[in-house]
Amino acid sequence: MASIARCLRAARPSTLSRLAQVPRTRYNWQPATLRAFSASPIRDIRKYTKDHEWIDLNAEKTAGVIGISEYAAEELGDVVYVELPEEGKEVSAGDTIGAVESVKSAADINAPIACKVTSVNLGLEEKPGTINQVPEDDSHGGGWIVKVQVGEQGVKDFDALMTLEEYKAFTGSEEH
Amino acid sequence: MKSSGILVTAKKGLPVLRAPFQRQSPCRLFARAASSSASETSASATTIIITSRTHLARPRVLSSSSTTTTTTRPLVPVQSCRSYASAPAAAGSESLKKTALYDLHVEHGAKIVPFGGFYMPVQYSGLSVTASHHFTRSHASLFDVGHMVQHRFEGPGATAFLQRITPAGLESLGVNSSTLSALLLPGTGGIVDDTIITKLGEDSFYVVTNAACRDKDLAYLGEQLGLWEKEGRPPVSHKVLEGRGLIALQGPLSEQILEQVLADPKGTDLHGLFFGQSRSATLKLLDGREVSDILVSRGGYTGEDGFEISIPEEHTVAVTEALLRSAGPERLQLAGLGARDSLRLEAGMCLYGHDLSEDVTPVEGALGWIVGRERRSETDVSKGAFHGASVILSQLTPKSKGGAGVERRRVGLIVEGAPAREGAEIQDASSGAKVGVVTSGCPSPTLGKNIAMGYVKDGLHKAGTELQVSIRGRPRKAVVTKMPFVPSKYWKGNA
Repeated sequence: MASIARCLRAARPSTLSRLAQVPRTRYNWQPATLRAFSASPIRDIRKYTKDHEWIDLNAEKTAGVIGISEYAAEELGDVVYVELPEEGKEVSAGDTIGAVESVKSAADINAPIACKVTSVNLGLEEKPGTINQVPEDDSHGGGWIVKVQVGEQGVKDFDALMTLEEYKAFTGSEEH
Repeated sequence: MKSSGILVTAKKGLPVLRAPFQRQSPCRLFARAASSSASETSASATTIIITSRTHLARPRVLSSSSTTTTTTRPLVPVQSCRSYASAPAAAGSESLKKTALYDLHVEHGAKIVPFGGFYMPVQYSGLSVTASHHFTRSHASLFDVGHMVQHRFEGPGATAFLQRITPAGLESLGVNSSTLSALLLPGTGGIVDDTIITKLGEDSFYVVTNAACRDKDLAYLGEQLGLWEKEGRPPVSHKVLEGRGLIALQGPLSEQILEQVLADPKGTDLHGLFFGQSRSATLKLLDGREVSDILVSRGGYTGEDGFEISIPEEHTVAVTEALLRSAGPERLQLAGLGARDSLRLEAGMCLYGHDLSEDVTPVEGALGWIVGRERRSETDVSKGAFHGASVILSQLTPKSKGGAGVERRRVGLIVEGAPAREGAEIQDASSGAKVGVVTSGCPSPTLGKNIAMGYVKDGLHKAGTELQVSIRGRPRKAVVTKMPFVPSKYWKGNA
């Protein structure tokens, strides 16, 4: 976390920066990578952790999708291996549910909230690089990591996470 | 996760330095095996001159060797990363130094990290670590290794002194030739640092050591030189060549690229300079001026053909720009610590502080070959043996042949499934019992396989031995593999 935050960022603007209030047209803005193709309803709320995971919670607050942020993907560099959890695994917030590896480093993926893994993105085993292309895409073909079932504790944990604006401030604050 | 530190941000040319860093790690590279150490570095300029009467009349040419290192820690998001270097250095940000090429790195969009007491580029915008790695093997890359410590040892006692602290056979080493060696601890023969020694002339040597080991190396050298003097041995002068630039030009196009900037290509005869040899050269800058006192050494830390080039401080930037411009971006790119680490690992070279340490002797580190042939009988340090000779020489003979052998050895591994990283436990494939530990590992961009090096119990070190490595609790099949993983392409003449 702090680790990432301190890292610098290469010249390419991340999705996060593209999301900034006024997207600049010269950035070749691609809404598709954001949400348009998402399978989830538009009311899903996305929040972020200090460890750079994101989680979408559905409107009923019963199910979610987890991935790593674009900021994290960019810091990692070319992802060459993704380790996924087993379906059915129940975890608490902060527990490790997988790992992402690039040539230069390995990073654990931690559960943002208490949840139960209902499905994993097997496509990443074949194409780990998807994480670099569309890390925050929760649709088929996207870079999401797992889908989870969420209970009461999970909802509580969710409330404590950062909104997009807060996360941007978090990653940006170490970047000035 | 831990916070580790990366420090600087370079965004399209607007670098921002950040202040608090807490950790840093070192890394480095070498010409044949290398290492860096986990030590702290805070760099202060130092020149230790220990003996008096020295002759300094030698040509000012230095040679270079090279090694570099890199490391960094945290580029990663979530957590644990072992990245390139690892030496926990407690250096505060204010003690971090910049090499002469710092501004040039930033202009080229470098991501800067603290390494070995310096702000060093880990990669550049526009080229991922993997892309940079491939580019080095297919074209050529330029690495700034100016953070490494360049030394000069001279005087009538220089050869004997260096032969006390290292196992190198320096008497038989040809002038203008280099060798990988190691500074050794008295008694145990543990490796204080790995180094490259170039013989510039009789009793005149150019030595390069790791940036991350700077402080401990200088303390060690100071102590050893003090004892040497106290014993009344022939004088040795030791100088740290502060500020002198050092760059590594690596890759198959290196020779043609360097040739283009030579002031006298014929006289320099780069093609006749083979791996492990050095030569002083005069280069021409973009504006037509010429710079002499450049030491060019063929070798490096990537396994590719290439050169390490030691440059007078004031010309480091100009020489680097001359190389970059005359070669053009389609032939030469800057590369950082990230690619350097994966390249050196594919080449089977050690990174001090990871693959080597003071607890390891050269024989355990699979570097028995650095013990010079003529250094293999004398064990009395007062009669010319090197530190730890009695331990190391007996280890050279395996137990099966009546020697002491070693209990563990450094080996290469190819791991299936997930990449093994530093610290992963190596286990017996059937019982799961611990038989060793991984000291470096990454996915190999060239091979598309996960490569690693680590120490295993003696007897399990033969190529083809099947073991397993525990990665995040899961056993993964690992096969002991001969290093280098990727064949080296050194220029040895007339291939």
